[in-house]
Amino acid sequence: MVIQALAFYLFSIITVVAAVMVISARNPVHSVLFLILAFFNSAGLFVLLGAEFLAMVMVVVYVGAVAVLFMFVVMMLDVNIAELRQGFLQYLPLGGIVGLVLLMELAVVAGGFVFSPEVSERFAAPIPVPSDIANTEALGNIIYTKYVYFFQAAGIILLVAMIGAIVLTHRSREGTRKQRISNQVNRRPEDTIEIKKVSTGSGI
Amino acid sequence: MTEFWWVYLWPVLWIVIKILLLVVPLLIGVAYLTYAERKVIGAMHLRRGPNVVGPYGLLQPIADGMKLFFKETIIPTGANKVVFLVAPMLTFSLALIAWAVIPVGNGLVIANINVGVLYLFAISSLGVYGVLMAGWSSNSKYAFLGGLRSAAQMVSYEVSMGFIIITVLLVAGSLNLSDIVRAQQETIWFVVPLFPMAVIFFITTLAETNRHPFDMPEAEAELVSGYNVEYSAMTFALFFLGEYANMILMAGMTTILFLGGWLPILDVAPFNWIPGPIWFALKMAFVLFIFLWVRATFPRYRYDQLMRLGWKVFLPISLAAVVIVGGIVVAFDINPLGR
Repeated sequence: MVIQALAFYLFSIITVVAAVMVISARNPVHSVLFLILAFFNSAGLFVLLGAEFLAMVMVVVYVGAVAVLFMFVVMMLDVNIAELRQGFLQYLPLGGIVGLVLLMELAVVAGGFVFSPEVSERFAAPIPVPSDIANTEALGNIIYTKYVYFFQAAGIILLVAMIGAIVLTHRSREGTRKQRISNQVNRRPEDTIEIKKVSTGSGI
Repeated sequence: MTEFWWVYLWPVLWIVIKILLLVVPLLIGVAYLTYAERKVIGAMHLRRGPNVVGPYGLLQPIADGMKLFFKETIIPTGANKVVFLVAPMLTFSLALIAWAVIPVGNGLVIANINVGVLYLFAISSLGVYGVLMAGWSSNSKYAFLGGLRSAAQMVSYEVSMGFIIITVLLVAGSLNLSDIVRAQQETIWFVVPLFPMAVIFFITTLAETNRHPFDMPEAEAELVSGYNVEYSAMTFALFFLGEYANMILMAGMTTILFLGGWLPILDVAPFNWIPGPIWFALKMAFVLFIFLWVRATFPRYRYDQLMRLGWKVFLPISLAAVVIVGGIVVAFDINPLGR
């Protein structure tokens, strides 16, 4: 138990510090790196809670895919650090108000939060031993049966977002040269090679 | 005092001993993989390969290591120092921590966790950061281009790799690596029913480890040496070791998912006398030999061809395979572990 508590404090302290560094770091690439650190440590917190599937998915999805794309974009920005410093005070009031509104909303939501009666009944039930039923299995059983419509809806939203992103950004430029594998495969020697008999001493 | 020893210190010490038992052979394996690469490619080129240091050149990797160790670490003035130094450490440590869940024999695993496959997948998807950070922090255009290429390449191939892993999971019915091997013990090595998937998996591992013919990030003809061009001495050595440790890791993953992990070829007398870890090492050596063979055989892919292969060929095939394999598993009620 002591080791778990120590691990909890380690992970949570690093998460909080990294999260603060995300918004306070001057260099955007450093911000993304701190964001990754925060994601990674919150995955550690999930492991401590016994939610190992969520932890791994957190690392695969957020750290392995989303943050890579962030990094990809941010690395290519040409950032002037002095300019960033100027903008900080200018945007502070607006950003502060937005942050405050969000904080108030969070407080309201957290204040009015109650468990549904169905869930509170479950608290009394004995917690299954983790070795009996795998975390992933339990999650799969509930997602694909009880919440299947929500699951499908989430999938469709992601699909729409994906198609939207492609439609918005894709443009076919003129004059680009593309490799068409089918054309290359369908080429026959007869179409392209002409064999000529050349008599000695004269050209074609 | 004795309680303190048995409850706290001894478990930690025992874990450290287990880690050492795994990591020391791994690092020796990494060193001799570089030697094997030079020897194998030498033989394929009708050359001799390293043959001067020690008998048959066997001390060559040690000599190389000593050389890199005693060289000066140069940090470019324009580099972002912290990120520049963290990048090789990250690459190397990620290549090592993935081994925590690899079962080298029946029950011989440091952490037998239920989401072993996902853990491996997560760690291998982190590998891209070492390259990205190195490419960005070097403040050099060659390194930067290498980093960008690597990011795009590894993210693309991870997608189809994930789908192929899902087909294996569907057949095995478990995310635990030891259980996947046991499922193969009950039925047959998954390379037989899932042969096309095994081939695609092997090719994606080549792309994930930035090996030939997909070594875009360090294409020496165009990018000098790509993301690690500014690195010297031990910082370079860590990248190098990390790359080879990753190769061994991917070979281990292929072995577990498709080649039956620690299982002997046939479960009959002379074969099942040989202990599991030795079978595991032999199978990994076989996969690694193919890695080297591919390097000696194929020319490098062009970048757009690489992307086409990942997104337009492997992704549709592996996606279709998930649907087909899932259908077959449900239709014939395949459940090798009986759960």
